[in-house]
Amino acid sequence: MKMTSLAVMLALAAVSLAPVARSEAPAASNGKTETKSDKQQKDQRSHQDQDDGERIFEANCSRCHNAPEGFSPRISGTIVRHMRMRASLSAHDEQELLRFFNP
Amino acid sequence: MARAQDTPLISGGVAFFSNTNGGNTSYMPLIEPLIAMPIGQRFMIESRAAILESFNPTSNGYDHSHFAGFTYLQGDFIVNPHLTIVGGSFLLPFNTYNDRLSPVWINNFQDGPLIASLGILSSGSGLGGMARGSAVSHHSYSIDYAGWFSARSGNEQFTATRAFGGRTSLYLPDQRLEVGLSYDRQLQGTHENFYGAHVWWEPAGTAFRLRSEYARGHHAQGYWVEADYRTQAFGGLNSWVGRFEPVFRLQQTFRRDTVVSDGVPLVDTQRADFGIDYNLPHNTRILTSYSRQFSSSGNTNIWETGIVYRFLFPTWKGR
Repeated sequence: MKMTSLAVMLALAAVSLAPVARSEAPAASNGKTETKSDKQQKDQRSHQDQDDGERIFEANCSRCHNAPEGFSPRISGTIVRHMRMRASLSAHDEQELLRFFNP
Repeated sequence: MARAQDTPLISGGVAFFSNTNGGNTSYMPLIEPLIAMPIGQRFMIESRAAILESFNPTSNGYDHSHFAGFTYLQGDFIVNPHLTIVGGSFLLPFNTYNDRLSPVWINNFQDGPLIASLGILSSGSGLGGMARGSAVSHHSYSIDYAGWFSARSGNEQFTATRAFGGRTSLYLPDQRLEVGLSYDRQLQGTHENFYGAHVWWEPAGTAFRLRSEYARGHHAQGYWVEADYRTQAFGGLNSWVGRFEPVFRLQQTFRRDTVVSDGVPLVDTQRADFGIDYNLPHNTRILTSYSRQFSSSGNTNIWETGIVYRFLFPTWKGR
């Protein structure tokens, strides 16, 4: 059995990796609209929320599975609660993920 | 933030698989539906089932058999930010494959690892209670835990073994590294201990994933290492090239004695799985793989192809 040659093949594959990310962040297709002033007030915070939410999504969800291609906003809370159970999310992570799904 | 986001959901996977092992080809259509239903702010009921038909070659053509049953059916109660209590029939959290990778819409291969049966006590599910949650969560590290007890059950849908166990994992988000340890002990028949360890690594800034597990039981032990990769170099993950996902898995099992009670091959076995998955639009994946298995009982080639569709939708229209 040439297990060593298999290990070499694996190492070669790892070495050839391009530095790219696997993020395929999903978002609930929310029809909610905001006024311009609302956006100005919340802009900085929402960017931070998005960053945190994306980081939490990548760290806890996409570690196991590919992201589904969009889903109804009506189930975003259910998905997050399910993920809280499956991925042992903290309460903070749960809230950030919910914001991330509903920007 | 929008409200009314807690409508119950139905998710799962529909698949059609073919498997050619030693020249014999079998076919298996299956569906794995999952339902998650929040009740109030702290409670949720969730369940997954499997319904499949298996067509296997015989000397007179094909014979078929079917199976339909619950994989788990549990209630979750969020006690506080660090503790969730689970009751009912739950997936045993031993290593990572059983409760994280086994859904048909997640697994990169049709087959589970050769050691997948170690530590999950035949049925893969426990019937009793579990405490789990995030013990510590910081920006630089997090620790989660699960501890459970299962009663003995001969119920056709919820077969379980009297046992207890637990798992704890440390995750370092900067390094994208997770390491964990698992343990469980069977408390009926011969009281056997099972030990597990897992290491997952997804290097930051890459689309490469490395997963591995080691498990040791009373009669056998083994490990697997799996790597998969997608490239963004040719127009992103959703380009036709980026949708390809090469997968490689290396496995070895070792018998510690000849007592057969754990589902691990009867002789020391090595196996290499080479797969190419293709991630089609609309949550559909094509899984293909070639495996070469080496053991003293004979070497075999295993060819597998399949297609999996993942569905996810609300149970009803909300406002």
